[in-house]
Amino acid sequence: MIEFIAMLIIMIGISFFAAGSIGLLRLPDLYTRLHALTKADNLGLGLIVVGLAMISGSLLMTMKLLLIWILVLAGSAASAHLIAQQALRREQN
Amino acid sequence: MVVYLWNLLDLVLAGLVVALGWAAVASADLKRGIVLFIAFGLLLAIIWARLNAPDLALAEAAIGAGLSGALLLAALRDEPHTGDVIGFTRGPVAWATTVLSLVVAGTVAWALLHAHAAADPIRLADKVTVHLEHSGVSNPVTAVLLNYRAYDTLLELAVLLAAALGIMAVGPARPAYKPAGPLFGALVYWLVPLLIVIGGYLLWVGAHAPGGAFQAGALLAAAAVMLRLGGNPAAGLPGPVAQRWLLVCGVAVFISVGLLVTVGGHAFLQYPHGWSGMLILLIEIAATLAIATTLALAYVGGTTPASQGTLSEQQIKNHRASD
Repeated sequence: MIEFIAMLIIMIGISFFAAGSIGLLRLPDLYTRLHALTKADNLGLGLIVVGLAMISGSLLMTMKLLLIWILVLAGSAASAHLIAQQALRREQN
Repeated sequence: MVVYLWNLLDLVLAGLVVALGWAAVASADLKRGIVLFIAFGLLLAIIWARLNAPDLALAEAAIGAGLSGALLLAALRDEPHTGDVIGFTRGPVAWATTVLSLVVAGTVAWALLHAHAAADPIRLADKVTVHLEHSGVSNPVTAVLLNYRAYDTLLELAVLLAAALGIMAVGPARPAYKPAGPLFGALVYWLVPLLIVIGGYLLWVGAHAPGGAFQAGALLAAAAVMLRLGGNPAAGLPGPVAQRWLLVCGVAVFISVGLLVTVGGHAFLQYPHGWSGMLILLIEIAATLAIATTLALAYVGGTTPASQGTLSEQQIKNHRASD
């Protein structure tokens, strides 16, 4: 039962990744594309981490998975901000 | 059914890696080429993981994609922007390169095919596992790198040292970056200590699980890259004299251990029974420091004065003036 729920959560996570990728390809400008890439992928990764943690069976593995998610969150939030800031500066010049 | 899905995944990975490699080389825009190259490295790391080689996957992701990508981007930043840089050369040189690459690829594929088809192969992996308990570590990759084939690893470290000497001979360090804004500064502030801790963990865990000196050194170098991007001109490296000591310590400790064991009547680098684990750890600590310093030096581009906590007022003014 737990495995089934975990699989369901991972599948939902993957669909967020797919949505983010489609957004990256289809959205019109840099800012909206950044939005699709970082927001959707972070949520997708979070769901996959939750799903994997449910079936990992060890606390240490769960902590490692959580650490990976937090690092990706920090990295993508910072890089999205930096890229957007740079693009905005270039537009203003 | 599941087997078919794995085969499908393998085919997709193999196709993607060839396509990404081609796209990275053929890109007319150098920056685009570098980004594609980084993606290529990450995909290679996934392929190593799929081939059950997590040690190589870690090394490829950290060095092949991460640090090489950072080095290429740093080189591009200092390249004069003439606008007529062409990533993909044409004419006879391109043709010769293509033919040569095809010949090399064909030979490797042929050799691989025959290696698999060889009847009753003597698998080296079996020998490694049989003698693993005498090697002093329980991770077979570390046993091969630091015990069975320690000589190869010593020479690899010597190659790195030669590369570092070459970088130091080329000239002084590249100009530093501006001090980071609050957001990136905070990221550096949080990530650098974490990278150092994880580097130490990888060094320690290498004895019985994927990890080791190269991966740990790459993570420490990544911390140096973060510091440099955050505005620290020396990327956290100590002063010039200490830098030199760190650069040679890998090779020096390796050779010293190798020579010291000959005093007890053993061959060069033949660790005495029961001492292997400790000696391997000692060599790996020195190797980690040397690798990290070499990679950081390569990113900075030459010897630098000692790191200071913050930039001086004059330096900040200079950075602002050079914008």
